[in-house]
Amino acid sequence: MPSFDLARAPLRELNAALHALSPTTNETHWIVSNPSGKHAVACGLDAPVTVEIDGHVGYYCAGMNKAATVVISGNAGVGVAENMMSGEVRVKGDASQSAGATGCGGLLVIEGNASARCGISMKGIDIVVKGSIGPMSAFMAQAGNLVVLGDAGDALGDSIYEARLFVRGRVASLGADCIEKPMTEEDRAILAAVLKRAGVEARADDFKLYGSARRLYHFHIDNVDAY
Amino acid sequence: MSVPPHRTPPRFSATFNPNVIAEIQRAAATGIYDIRGGGAKRALPHFDDLLFLGASISRYPLEGYREKCGTDVTLGTRFARKPIKLKIPVTVAGMSFGSLSGPAKEALGRGASAAGTSTTTGDGGMTPEERGHSSILVYQYLPSRYGMNPDDLRKADAIEIVIGQGAKPGGGGMLLGQKISPRVAKMRTLPEGIDQRSACRHPDWTGPDDLEIKIEELREITDWEKPIYVKVGASRPYYDTALAAKSGADVIVLDGMQGGTAATQDVFIEHVGLPTLAAIRPAVQALQDLGLHRKLQLIVSGGIRTGADVAKALALGADAVSIGTAALIALGDNDPQWEAEYKKLGTTAGAYDDWQEGLDPAGITTQDPVLAARLDPVKAGRRLANYLSVLTLEAQTIARACGKSHLHNLEPEDLVALTIEAAAMAGVPLAGTNWIPGRDK
Repeated sequence: MPSFDLARAPLRELNAALHALSPTTNETHWIVSNPSGKHAVACGLDAPVTVEIDGHVGYYCAGMNKAATVVISGNAGVGVAENMMSGEVRVKGDASQSAGATGCGGLLVIEGNASARCGISMKGIDIVVKGSIGPMSAFMAQAGNLVVLGDAGDALGDSIYEARLFVRGRVASLGADCIEKPMTEEDRAILAAVLKRAGVEARADDFKLYGSARRLYHFHIDNVDAY
Repeated sequence: MSVPPHRTPPRFSATFNPNVIAEIQRAAATGIYDIRGGGAKRALPHFDDLLFLGASISRYPLEGYREKCGTDVTLGTRFARKPIKLKIPVTVAGMSFGSLSGPAKEALGRGASAAGTSTTTGDGGMTPEERGHSSILVYQYLPSRYGMNPDDLRKADAIEIVIGQGAKPGGGGMLLGQKISPRVAKMRTLPEGIDQRSACRHPDWTGPDDLEIKIEELREITDWEKPIYVKVGASRPYYDTALAAKSGADVIVLDGMQGGTAATQDVFIEHVGLPTLAAIRPAVQALQDLGLHRKLQLIVSGGIRTGADVAKALALGADAVSIGTAALIALGDNDPQWEAEYKKLGTTAGAYDDWQEGLDPAGITTQDPVLAARLDPVKAGRRLANYLSVLTLEAQTIARACGKSHLHNLEPEDLVALTIEAAAMAGVPLAGTNWIPGRDK
């Protein structure tokens, strides 16, 4: 099992080594120690490997991840798993702003809380937050599923497109064009599947679903107050 | 009823002129602002207000066609492991597939490649056709992140982080429903046919300190190979240039308000930002103050039309220029051959700017497959290559006349201004004087 100590070698060497891995590598499980809040740790991975990071990371950890599993045993800074394409990223602590921003696929699990703008402009990623999320989360969320076991801050889902937002706790307020929607059997099945993938035990019936009212999809003078 | 003699002839107001009246009437009828494509149409101080002095007793010219005048430029020499080498200092600016048709994007790639320069993606991702036909392709990283993915990031030759553009500094992109075709919708992960409004701020960073970290991430993902550009709309060019440089940019793209857009509110295009002429010297000054002029590269865009414009921008301190609107015109935009159809759209060749409607008779700013098929990408690419050659030859002609063996040897000392405004903005003397308004001496 390869290990890498970021107190002894630079980040560039770690990321270069991880980028050099082929899809058939047998170095499939990496341990990274002493991240000490460094930025861009394990970003741009493109191989089915697991990278365990022992400690807190800075901005953009696991950014643009493809195929890999990245586990952060600590807190994550801004933009963890931003623009993730596939694979899984798990934060065992809390996540700062813009967690999973613009993510196109894969699964992001935050076992603590996530700050503002969680899932902003998400494009297909599934995000599960065991705690609560901050304001302006899922702003302009286009596709994918955001599942929150705790509460959501103000302006949830502002200007949302077709993403699904499942919240078990209280929502402080909804953003422009975001409404509560009736949960269909298909929605329940999607939620249950995401919870199962995340390894989270919770009843789908305890959640409420929020999504787009689709009133802002076209410019119209009657909606001028929303712009 | 008889008309009284000596009646005052109709007199239009300068304030409430026919265009203003028409816009008030349109606004009253629709209740929505006017949206259009292109850049500022109002008269602005521009490169036309500058003249080159040429050689004289104190300056030796170079022989035209005999003595070499270099045109090459290398972009990304500051940090990137693989800088871009261009034969000419004129690049093709970012324009999206979505705002432009597939054949138009292909033609831009063909023309730029034939001329030895780069083209640029836009707000909507990279198409295989575009990559395939562009020998050097710059991949834009925009607030919307439509179509953004690490595979295309690695396929690109450079990455351009777009903070803003000259037509709308502080505004996001816009693509109306008529142009959100199934393919465009899929690339952008959007429902088909909606009016798409892109974000104006990046979703995961705010301010120059964050930008520095974002650049570090992009460099790490691409193993420090790609030059990283930062594009800003001209508004506070001194500070924006200094902050982009501080954040670690390899190249700064500075876009003046004459620079075009696919679609934006007319009020935004005409009333926000700085003319290109006013933006260059502050940006160059910022680089000089940091000791970075010519160490990172400055690309200037917004209203570049001729080789004279190219030469003037370079003389003021730019390393290269970028063209957008002019490139579309070279492809065939606003071609009089489509006059009958322009008239049906209520306009005329030379004035057509409703690019947002997707009805472009020339097949360029459309997603209608029938209209798009009108543009032959091979012939249109050839026209663009021809035009780029003319820009280069014209700039060389001027540079040789000023005694310069490379376009980059042009300097402000070669220029004078025809107006006080242009003299102040460009920081060169008013013609026939040694007066630079705003300078101590």
